[in-house]
Amino acid sequence: MCGIIGLFTKNAALESDLGRLASGMLLQLSDRGPDSAGFAVYRDRAPGIQKITVMLPGGEFPVDQLERDMKAAFGGESTVTRLSSHAVLRVPEHADGVRDWLREHFPALYITSAGSAIEIFKEIGRPDQVASRFEMASMRGSHALGHTRMATESAVTTRASHPFSTGRDVCLVHNGSLSNHNRLRERLKDEGIAFGTDNDSEVAAGYLQWRTAQGDDLDAALNRALEDLDGFYTFAIGTADGFAVLRDPVGCKPAVMAETDDWVAMASEFRAIATLPGVDDARIEEPEPGRVYTWHREDSHA
Amino acid sequence: MREFDLEVDSVRDLNAALHALTEEDRDRDFLVCHPNGRHSVAVGAMLEADIRIEGHVGYYCAGMNQRARVQVRGNVGPGVAENMMSGMVQVTGNASQYAGASGRGGLLVIEGDASSRCGISMKGVNIVVRGSVGHMSAFMAQAGALVVCGDAGQHLGDSIYEARLYVRGTVRSLGADCVEKDMTDEHVKELSGLLLAAGIEADAREFRRYGSARRLYNFNIDHVDEY
Repeated sequence: MCGIIGLFTKNAALESDLGRLASGMLLQLSDRGPDSAGFAVYRDRAPGIQKITVMLPGGEFPVDQLERDMKAAFGGESTVTRLSSHAVLRVPEHADGVRDWLREHFPALYITSAGSAIEIFKEIGRPDQVASRFEMASMRGSHALGHTRMATESAVTTRASHPFSTGRDVCLVHNGSLSNHNRLRERLKDEGIAFGTDNDSEVAAGYLQWRTAQGDDLDAALNRALEDLDGFYTFAIGTADGFAVLRDPVGCKPAVMAETDDWVAMASEFRAIATLPGVDDARIEEPEPGRVYTWHREDSHA
Repeated sequence: MREFDLEVDSVRDLNAALHALTEEDRDRDFLVCHPNGRHSVAVGAMLEADIRIEGHVGYYCAGMNQRARVQVRGNVGPGVAENMMSGMVQVTGNASQYAGASGRGGLLVIEGDASSRCGISMKGVNIVVRGSVGHMSAFMAQAGALVVCGDAGQHLGDSIYEARLYVRGTVRSLGADCVEKDMTDEHVKELSGLLLAAGIEADAREFRRYGSARRLYNFNIDHVDEY
């Protein structure tokens, strides 16, 4: 099964409520995915700064030393902000080779996302516990995507939880199962895409990363995904200033979208959307199978 | 009138009250508020009753309905009126996947659009959709009628047995063994009756009829490409 949600604000006034509203949506889908949960939030964009979110290894981890070493390597404005089992690393945008540096000096860290606005937090456990440990409800931002997981294709681990990042500021959540992920993973590895798990959804994320690296925009990449991905899927995809929804042409996995003047939302089920303000006046529709839906916001400052 | 506010009362309370009805009960009017996408609302009603649901519901609303008249003033999630036996289920908004699946009798009216697999494996239920239906509608339909006032998606009536399909708009494609058939007086009469019962004003003569070519009842190697 699994449940997915996406909430995209259309005006800045709603940004302070993003975490509260998105976590409210996520918890409505707890029984679709009680074994793990995760979310991506787009927030705290600062000029000249890139953010890397990492999963910390179990046990004690020397966060202070990480910050000291980062300042020495990338400049004094580098910071580390710990949030439960994850941490957000901020380094100057022009700093090169941060990933390689982390891999060399702190190999136990697992990168969940990188970009100017995106932060990804995910854990095994009930969705309410996961949302609570990362203080999701208190987060402000421009948009958020979330996932409640009932694993079918790979192990119940934090790494195999969603969202999966697909390159800078891009992430994907998936409800469904891909049937050609093994062969596609091998093909993408040949193209230089790295994978951290044996999860089928990560292959979809890697596919989008590959296509966008080849020059496709998000629409083109998703239209091509319709040709190359085999299986069941409803995807919600976040970018720095937009979000997208795609269902496979057979359309077995559910999805509902709703839009008002203030927000665009998608969820596996309407009950998640029912929690949003102004829903009674929302335009509600079921996304057509095999059709790419995208939204962009030009004035996002979150 | 008995009211159930699903922000306060549970779906189980509502359904238990429906199941507890007896022929002696005089008050058989139910009003259900704040369904907010909940699943299995008003499932398994067995006696005549009027059940009005104010708002959008989730999966499997009005499943197995028998004799009751259920009106949903909103959209319904997947599997509305699944396996309904008799009575009437009316949806003022849109319906998600497999509306009326495997229904054996009664009338299901969708005033908006129905998405994919509407009437899949229908076995006698009549379904009237004011809008359009998605792909694979009436897949393996065995009996009853599916009326579509708008358009039908890909593979309409795939592997159909004996149901009658009436479509006013365009059909994107017909499924295996589904063909267009003559619209005789008998069919115009049946369709007019269904439209009347559904409360939809439309001229039955504007519809085309589709049904089974009956070539796939038994496996035949000459028809292997059809499957």
